[in-house]
Amino acid sequence: MGLRHSSLARVRDEDVLGVDPPYDHPDYVGTRLRHPKQPLVLLPHTLSERTAPVYGDLAFDELDNDLTRQHAGQPLGERISVSGRLLGSDGRPIPGQLVEIWQANAAGRYRHAVDTHPAPLDPNFTGAGRCLTDENGEYRFVTVKPGAYPWKNHENAWRPAHIHFSVFGRAIPDRLVTQMYFPDDPLFPFDPIFNSIRDEKARDRLISSFELDLTQPEWSLGFRFDIVLGGRGATPLEEPHDD
Amino acid sequence: MTDSALVPAPSQTSGPFLSIGLLRDHVGPSVVSEDDPRAIRIRGRLLDGNGDPVPDGLIEIWQANAAGRYAHEDDLRTDIPLEDGFRGFGRSGTVDDGWFEFVTVKPGRVPAPDGEPQAPHLVVLVFARGLLKQLVTRLYFPDESDANAADPILSELDETERATLIARAEDGGLRFDIRLQGDGETTFFAV
Repeated sequence: MGLRHSSLARVRDEDVLGVDPPYDHPDYVGTRLRHPKQPLVLLPHTLSERTAPVYGDLAFDELDNDLTRQHAGQPLGERISVSGRLLGSDGRPIPGQLVEIWQANAAGRYRHAVDTHPAPLDPNFTGAGRCLTDENGEYRFVTVKPGAYPWKNHENAWRPAHIHFSVFGRAIPDRLVTQMYFPDDPLFPFDPIFNSIRDEKARDRLISSFELDLTQPEWSLGFRFDIVLGGRGATPLEEPHDD
Repeated sequence: MTDSALVPAPSQTSGPFLSIGLLRDHVGPSVVSEDDPRAIRIRGRLLDGNGDPVPDGLIEIWQANAAGRYAHEDDLRTDIPLEDGFRGFGRSGTVDDGWFEFVTVKPGRVPAPDGEPQAPHLVVLVFARGLLKQLVTRLYFPDESDANAADPILSELDETERATLIARAEDGGLRFDIRLQGDGETTFFAV
C-alpha cells in the first residue's frame, strides 16, 4: 500500500472483534474466499453511522409472528414460544424495532430451492416471521422447534438447531444478524459457526433459556432470548494518528 | 461489560437461506418509485476471492434523502425537510448470478463529525453465507468529483482504496461491484 499520510487508522479485524467472530475463520469453509484480506478502515461515526432504518410504523398482523398459523393446517413439530427483550448497550429497551426471523422446519429442512437436505418439507410451514418490539422492547413469536441439519462443511457436519434473527438497533453499528440456539445442544462442540465466537460468555448469549413462565399450558414450550446490541469492537479514535 | 446480563449478542452468519426471512414484501430494492423523475438505477455484482459471483448474498443500502436528511430521530437538522414515505433503506438479494440492483435517489450532503460536509454517499452492508458478520462499505457518486476530492473520508484513502468506493456510470445508471477478497478488493470499514 506504500507510504500513507492518512488520518484514518487501518485496523486488523482481529483487533476490533468485540464479541463478534472474525471474518477469517478457516474451520468454516465458506469464509475462505469471502473474507477481506486488506485491513479495515476505521470509520469515524458520522450521521450516516449514527442513524439506522426505522420501521416502527409498519403494521403487521397476528399471523406475522405466529409461524404455526400461516397455512391451512398446523405444521408438524414441537410448538414453541420464543420471546425476549431487545436492549441497547446501555441496557435500555428499544421499542418499535423490526425483528425478522427465519428457520428450518422441524425436520431440519428450509423452504428454499438451494436446500437439498433429504428431509421432508412441511406444506404447513414457511419458516419466516416478523414483528415489532413493543413499548418495553419485547418481541414474541410462536413457531416450531427447528431440526438440526447436515451441511457438508466437513465430514459428518451438522448445524445445531437454530433460528436466524435480524434487528437494526438505533445506529448502523448496532445492525445485527445472528442465530438463537437451544439449551444443551449436543452439537455445540462440533459447530464451527457457533465456535467462531471466541469468548464463551459471548457464545452463551446466543443460547436461549427454557422458561416455564413463558410456556403456554397445553400449547407450547417457552424459550427466552434477550438481545443486547452494541457488540461491535471498533470505536472511532478521538485523536486520529498517522501510521 | 461488568454486568454479564449486558454482554452483547455476537453476530452469526445469515447463511444461504436468508431470502426466506429478509427478502419479503416489507423491504425491497426500490428506495423510491421507479417513476420518480430523480430515480437512479444502481447495479452491481457481489464477487468472491476467485472473482466468482456470490449468489446467496444480501446487499443493504442506507442513505439520507435528496436534501441530505436522514429519516431518523437523531438527525436533528430540522431545517432540512423529510420526505413523506422516504425511509432511505433498501435491500437486494444477489441470487441472479451475484447481481444486485437498487432504484434510489442520490442523497444530499450530510456533515462529518466536525461539521464539514461529506460527499453524497450510501452506506452499504453485505451479508452472505461465509460472512460471520456483515461487511460495511460506502458507495460514492462519479459525477461528484469536487465533493469526492474534498470528502473527509474519501480524501484520506489512497487511490486504489478510493477507486473501489466510487460507482461508475453505465447504461444510464450506476455500476458498483463489491469484491470480497483479492484483486480489486473493496475497501471495507470497521464501525
